Amino acid sequence: MNLLRTFDTGMRGLLGHRLRSILTTLGILFGVAAVICTVGIGTASADSVNSRIAALGTNLLTISPGSTTSGGVRGGGGSANTLTMQDVVGLADKQDAPDVAAVAPVVQAQATLVSLGSNWATNVQGSSPGWLVTNARTVSAGVFFTQQQVQQHAQVAVLGVTTAAQLGVTIGDQVTIGGSPFQVIGLLSASGGSAFTNGDDLAVVPITTAQDQVTGGSPNSVQRILLSATSGSTIGSAYDEATQLLLQTHHIVTPASADFTITSPTTLASTAASVTTTLTILLASVAAISLLVGGIGVMNIMLVSVTERTQEIGLRKALGATPRDLLRQFLIEAATLSFVGGVLGVCAGLLAGILVPHFAGIAVTITPTPVIIAVVVAAGVGLIFGVYPAARAARLAPIAALRAE
Amino acid sequence: MAVEAVAARLGRAADVVAEIIRLSEVSKVYGSGDATVNAVDDVTLSVREGDFLAVMGPSGSGKSTLMHILGCLDVPTSGEYRFAGEDVSRMNERELASIRNRRIGFVFQQFHLLSSMSAWRNVELPLLYRSARDRRQMAMNALTQVGLATRVQHRPNQLSGGQQQRVAIARALVTDPTMILADEPTGNLDSKASREVLDILRGLNASGHTIILITHDPNVAGVAERVVEMADGRLAERIAA
Repeated sequence: MNLLRTFDTGMRGLLGHRLRSILTTLGILFGVAAVICTVGIGTASADSVNSRIAALGTNLLTISPGSTTSGGVRGGGGSANTLTMQDVVGLADKQDAPDVAAVAPVVQAQATLVSLGSNWATNVQGSSPGWLVTNARTVSAGVFFTQQQVQQHAQVAVLGVTTAAQLGVTIGDQVTIGGSPFQVIGLLSASGGSAFTNGDDLAVVPITTAQDQVTGGSPNSVQRILLSATSGSTIGSAYDEATQLLLQTHHIVTPASADFTITSPTTLASTAASVTTTLTILLASVAAISLLVGGIGVMNIMLVSVTERTQEIGLRKALGATPRDLLRQFLIEAATLSFVGGVLGVCAGLLAGILVPHFAGIAVTITPTPVIIAVVVAAGVGLIFGVYPAARAARLAPIAALRAE
Repeated sequence: MAVEAVAARLGRAADVVAEIIRLSEVSKVYGSGDATVNAVDDVTLSVREGDFLAVMGPSGSGKSTLMHILGCLDVPTSGEYRFAGEDVSRMNERELASIRNRRIGFVFQQFHLLSSMSAWRNVELPLLYRSARDRRQMAMNALTQVGLATRVQHRPNQLSGGQQQRVAIARALVTDPTMILADEPTGNLDSKASREVLDILRGLNASGHTIILITHDPNVAGVAERVVEMADGRLAERIAA
């Protein structure tokens, strides 16, 4: 029996058993599509957490007053401002803290900004040029203020994109903060978004000006100090250097009684990352189970039809088919079902990858590895359970096969 | 000496042409030890080309096992089986498949048609396992021969029992086999359909086909010109009435 005729016979076998063929194809299809989709969702959420970690900056530290160890970013509510400009100067010392790349003091307050047409209440931060680096931010238009402008108490402001849009202002325009006019000299690039604050709705002004016009308070006192380590790998030593230095300047002997807390955004991010990892494992397990269920479905359909097929095999043998003819026929049948199911499954998975973000608002990132694994496993199950029982029946004596019940 | 040898060979060759089946002391044993069953016990049988032989016997007499051996569906435990001069008892599975395909047409009690295929596709089946052109035409011819020219596209479940068995006969015929082996071909049919089927078999025999009919029914066996009887695995000749 030549290959073309075997192929023809195989196709005829599939068409002759439409329901079985369709069910088998569906089993493979859903198995493959489910794996592609669920792993895609897991990958996408992991990616998004990773990019958020990167946006937060992996080399950033925040020093807040108070001794809370769980780390409120805003500092312990009502606690005295124990951080001073001397601390900032000390931390900026390259000899005492060689792994600290940049330092920025922060004072902040809620204030209403007024432009020509509108007003907008937002978070106003006073800081130094180090603010950009220590927040892992950049300026999209215009410039950030300089150290000189800080010393001059310059009436300049850099706005987040949301704030600028709400006020309807751009570079060169005037806004009034706390009754004083400020010139907008720069706009911040859109932030990656942090977990707790909207990084795009704020105004940054020189710390000296902020203390004069917005926050009040002693010019020596700061609410927070932001640090950036020289790199992600030196963040540990930067943390130690900052701790030592502050303990020393604050005359504190035991670290446990420190009047400040150093936190890193990465501690938040690592929690989020471990949650995502758990989620990915969960989704992958669901996918693996759906693949297993699809595989068992395929197996069932194939095995249920074995009796019927065994008689067919017996008849074909009686009519002169050799075991090789039969094996080829069933191989072609199973391979076709597996191939069609696999291809349709990949299509359905890719389609879901487009539709799910559109309708459910969940990001789906499709990578080749799960697609390949899903297709190989599902098609493999189809092939094995399509061919193995048939191969066994093909070895039976024709009479035994004909009489199978 | 040389002349004798040539004569002997010629003699055997002449025998071979006429003799399609020669079973010599063939036995088929199932099981082992105390549970041994001699389904076919020391059977010797000769069938000539053009014969119409009926093998009779009650169920359990071993006639089905004999039929499987005759049809090259099974091999004997001992003894020699020559089919058209070829020693079948020593053939491997591939060679047996080829013999079944080229030489033997089967008609079964259960018809054994593939339900998903039309009548002519069923008839075409044995042609798929040999090199044959015009398979469709050959199938049509065979179906015409059994009077089903108008039913070629019907599926088995759209045909009556008698029609299904005629499709099966067409499938046996289509390869122009040396021998047609019918195992209780009327076992599942009413008397009218049985008569039609037996008429077709008789007609085929009249046109030169060798037919072996296995049945337990003396009326059915009556259409054969020669009847042998199986009992407890042993074979006895009986002169047809």
